[in-house]
Amino acid sequence: MNDKPQFVYVIYIRATAEKLWRALIDPEFTRQYWAGTWQESDWKVGAPWRIMIPDGRIADAGEIVEIEPPRRLVLTWRNEFRPELRKEGYSRLTYQLEQQGDMVKLSLTHEIDRPESNLIEAVAQGWPAILSSLKSLLETGESLEATRRWPENMK
Amino acid sequence: MAKFEPKTVYVTYIASTPEKVWQALTSSEFTRRYFWDRDIELEPKRGGAFALKLPDGRVNVRGKVIEWDPPRLLKITWKVEWPEEFCKLPECLVSYEVAQAGNAVRLTMTESHSWNVPEAILSGGRAGWPAILCSLKSLLETGNPLSIAMEPPRDMIEAIKRLQI
Repeated sequence: MNDKPQFVYVIYIRATAEKLWRALIDPEFTRQYWAGTWQESDWKVGAPWRIMIPDGRIADAGEIVEIEPPRRLVLTWRNEFRPELRKEGYSRLTYQLEQQGDMVKLSLTHEIDRPESNLIEAVAQGWPAILSSLKSLLETGESLEATRRWPENMK
Repeated sequence: MAKFEPKTVYVTYIASTPEKVWQALTSSEFTRRYFWDRDIELEPKRGGAFALKLPDGRVNVRGKVIEWDPPRLLKITWKVEWPEEFCKLPECLVSYEVAQAGNAVRLTMTESHSWNVPEAILSGGRAGWPAILCSLKSLLETGNPLSIAMEPPRDMIEAIKRLQI
């Protein structure tokens, strides 16, 4: 049994693993379903990685730990724009993609090596909306409207 | 009533209306398409009977309506009657909360238990609910459900066999 803070989410998306992989890292896709943000990285093991907020700030940053397109991506993740979350340090995010017929099972695990974590609580609120919107985008061509822009109340 | 603690929660956002999501949760016309061919029978009132049935008419899950507040909240007791080895499991509670969230609908499924359920037994719902609810979302947004083949996890079946209830 795992008693470290951990958020696990599984979502099935009708798409190819290659298309879903691209949608997870390509700015052209992420801007549409991930609150207007995009990621910057060379996408190689050890490379820095960050999520950019449209106003120029960095939302989260870390480095690539494992990358095996289109199956597995592991990265470290520290919040950069909320000091109370930033001080918790690095968490770890794992995406696992598994093609099953005409769909992909995407399993996401976001965890941190601390006894308690507001970061994991915060991302647990965000991931279902972001990933639901990604699924809508790939299956219907349109993301969910509320996820297309950075929320005005999130400073 | 015993105290039930939430053990598994799954949240999904659907481009739809609360009324349509409610209809998809409560009518066989929809459940047959996204919930592995099951029909749902629900007496639309608190205390009413609930059942999920297999295509051959056998009862898969039976329960009672605890909360009936369309299109916002449905809470039911959930006692598995098929497959036979699952009959040992005490009943759990399943709730569906449906809320408008911007132009979409947030659907929250919560599975709650009244006993110290082993993780291996919880793994069944943790595998099943994402498949069911992803298929429901696809059905409402695209007209086509997903066909996700799934068996109960082997660890779950072993854990049920070991249960001394």
